Amino acid sequence: MLEIKNLHVKLEEEDKVILRGVDLTIGAGEVHAIMGPNGSGKSTLSYVLAGREGYEVTEGSATLEGEELLEMEPEERAAAGLFLAFQYPVEIPGVGNMTFLRTAVNAQRKARGEEELSAGDFLKIVREKAKTLKIDSEMLKRPVNVGFSGGEKKRNEILQMAMLEPKMCVLDETDSGLDVDAMKLVSEGVNALRDQGRSFLVITHYQRLLDHIKPDFVHIMAAGRIIKSGGPELALEVETNGYADLLAEAQ
Amino acid sequence: MALAQAKTDTLRARTADLSAGGSGWLGAARRDAAARLAAMGLPTKRDEYWRYTDPASLTQAAPIPAALFDAGDEAPVFDGIEAVKLVFVDGVFDAGQSDDPALAGVEITHLSAVDGVDIHWARDIYGVLETRGQIPVQRPLATLNTAYATEGFLIRATAKAERPVSFIYLHQSETSDALIHHCIKIDQGAELTVLENGPAAARVTKVMEVEVADGARFHHIRAQGRDHERRAVTHVFARVGAGALFKSFTLTANGCLTRNEQVIELVGDDGVAHVAGAAVGDGTFHHDDTVFMTHEGLRCESRQVFKKVLMNGAVGVFQGKILVKPGAQKTDGYQISQSLLLDGDSQFLAKPELEIYADDVKCSHGSTSGAIDETALFYLQSRGVPKRVAQSLLVLAFLAEAIGEIEDETIAEDIRSRLEGWLQRHEH
Ligand SMILES: Nc1ncnc2c1ncn2[C@@H]1O[C@H](COP(=O)(O)OP(=O)(O)OP(=O)(O)O)[C@@H](O)[C@H]1O
Ligand SMILES: [Mg+2]
Repeated sequence: MLEIKNLHVKLEEEDKVILRGVDLTIGAGEVHAIMGPNGSGKSTLSYVLAGREGYEVTEGSATLEGEELLEMEPEERAAAGLFLAFQYPVEIPGVGNMTFLRTAVNAQRKARGEEELSAGDFLKIVREKAKTLKIDSEMLKRPVNVGFSGGEKKRNEILQMAMLEPKMCVLDETDSGLDVDAMKLVSEGVNALRDQGRSFLVITHYQRLLDHIKPDFVHIMAAGRIIKSGGPELALEVETNGYADLLAEAQ
Repeated sequence: MALAQAKTDTLRARTADLSAGGSGWLGAARRDAAARLAAMGLPTKRDEYWRYTDPASLTQAAPIPAALFDAGDEAPVFDGIEAVKLVFVDGVFDAGQSDDPALAGVEITHLSAVDGVDIHWARDIYGVLETRGQIPVQRPLATLNTAYATEGFLIRATAKAERPVSFIYLHQSETSDALIHHCIKIDQGAELTVLENGPAAARVTKVMEVEVADGARFHHIRAQGRDHERRAVTHVFARVGAGALFKSFTLTANGCLTRNEQVIELVGDDGVAHVAGAAVGDGTFHHDDTVFMTHEGLRCESRQVFKKVLMNGAVGVFQGKILVKPGAQKTDGYQISQSLLLDGDSQFLAKPELEIYADDVKCSHGSTSGAIDETALFYLQSRGVPKRVAQSLLVLAFLAEAIGEIEDETIAEDIRSRLEGWLQRHEH
């Protein structure tokens, strides 16, 4: 599904190198988790995949189902099936959440040559999905993420994901700021989307999320590289021992 | 005090082909204005009030010709709204293209019909509100209009009007120069909406004087056409009574020069006055909103919401003042002027002012100028929204607060769709 090869990234405006050769292959239907110390480059990886400006890829590639992602505009990557749930979802005053969702869904359908959803059909689907995420209709009417609590913003990300039905979902610390119940809700939302054709890359600091969303593989990122990969047990190890041993081992 | 020779010469040239004619009260008002104008002279760019906008093309003898604009098959703004339509061609009323000016509860009279008449309700408004609006800042182009305008309507609402009155200003001659003067009176408890659409002429100098009596409601929504080369200076003078409502919204898309002055006095207690504008311009676009809001009554509320989207060297100007007179306690005054600069070539000049002589008031003002929010743009794109659509969404979001000042949702939607159209035509 997603294949990242020897990815090197620096900041466009500065000489700061952030990613130093990331290799990662995610098969269809697999769930991978990335853990790692603050500032190790996890969010940068997700932004570069999604196409945010300000980063320069100096080496390497990233393909989604064989297509080179790094050459595409952000909206083309989305239409190709990539989705990023932001660590810090963006507030957009003046743009209603509903308008936002409908514009996004229909833009992607159009890009794929599918017919746009009618207002009625769209409304029905949103209401249903919002309900399972306990997002009330009041929240749908408000401007995108404006005045949402931290947890509400994260649930809104998952709602967008559910509406857009991407193939490759990257979740950047979607668990942070969630209370225990919200974490369950969000995990259920993710698990409901798990299937053969859809893959996940879950960035998190906590084992707790991985109790709900069981990963097939866990990777540890440090200083812009994946320094260790393993099964779910790796996350448990981090939870109990921290990163010190892993970092020392990698040196 | 004698005016400088240059000022006198400019005034003489500007008024050479005009005459302050007529008899009766209207003739007297015109002659009075001509005398006031002779004492004031016309503005120059050295005047403090014209610091950001050069009035030369408005004060020179003949207008700079303006090419006619073909809007293609786009329906005129407000076309779908049922109204009494009054059409002007290059500033001259055209009865043939207009509706019969009959509307229950509303008197509609052309200015020419009261020439020579001794007594008329408009006598207390025509030139009167304009004169009041000359203090503390002179507005000579409004006085010029009062002295020489022969076109315009006197409209009095005595009840809640069923439909709006809609002025349509067509521009059909490249060298037309128009002076239009309307007087509007909304009687106690009455309500009226006035729509205006169109460029009017190559150059237009307009005045609208509005008296909103106690408990009356007045809505004004206008669009200033899409002609790129037209020049306009407009003035709204309003006096708002106790518990009355005054609302004015202006859409300006294109136009080489626009100066919209609004002078509003909240004279009764509990009055409300909202003025708003959305202006979008590309290239040779100079747009100036100049507002003077005076609070005199108790517990009045005023809002000024002006948003401009500027690109390719377009210039936006905002001069907005809130004056709270002694005793105008519990005043609630709000003013915001913002510009969205779509590139580095455009500029926004703002001069917000507060002058407060009462101690128990709430007044706020803010002015910002900025580029499109790149983070929001990326967020939208990452959800599959193409960049140009995302930009358009964000620009409309920026303008939303101004458009939100239009009470009628059908009219607001019409304005919104015009802005969408403009943005689509000006993708960058
Ligand atoms: N646009 C930027 N400008 C300056 N520095 C940046 C920028 N983007 C990332 N960095 C820096 O790159 C490094 C990696 O940041 P990144 O956000 O990817 O870390 P992270 O692993 O997601 O951390 P966290 O766990 O705290 O979310 C940090 O040192 C960060 O300060
Ligand atoms: Mg991060």
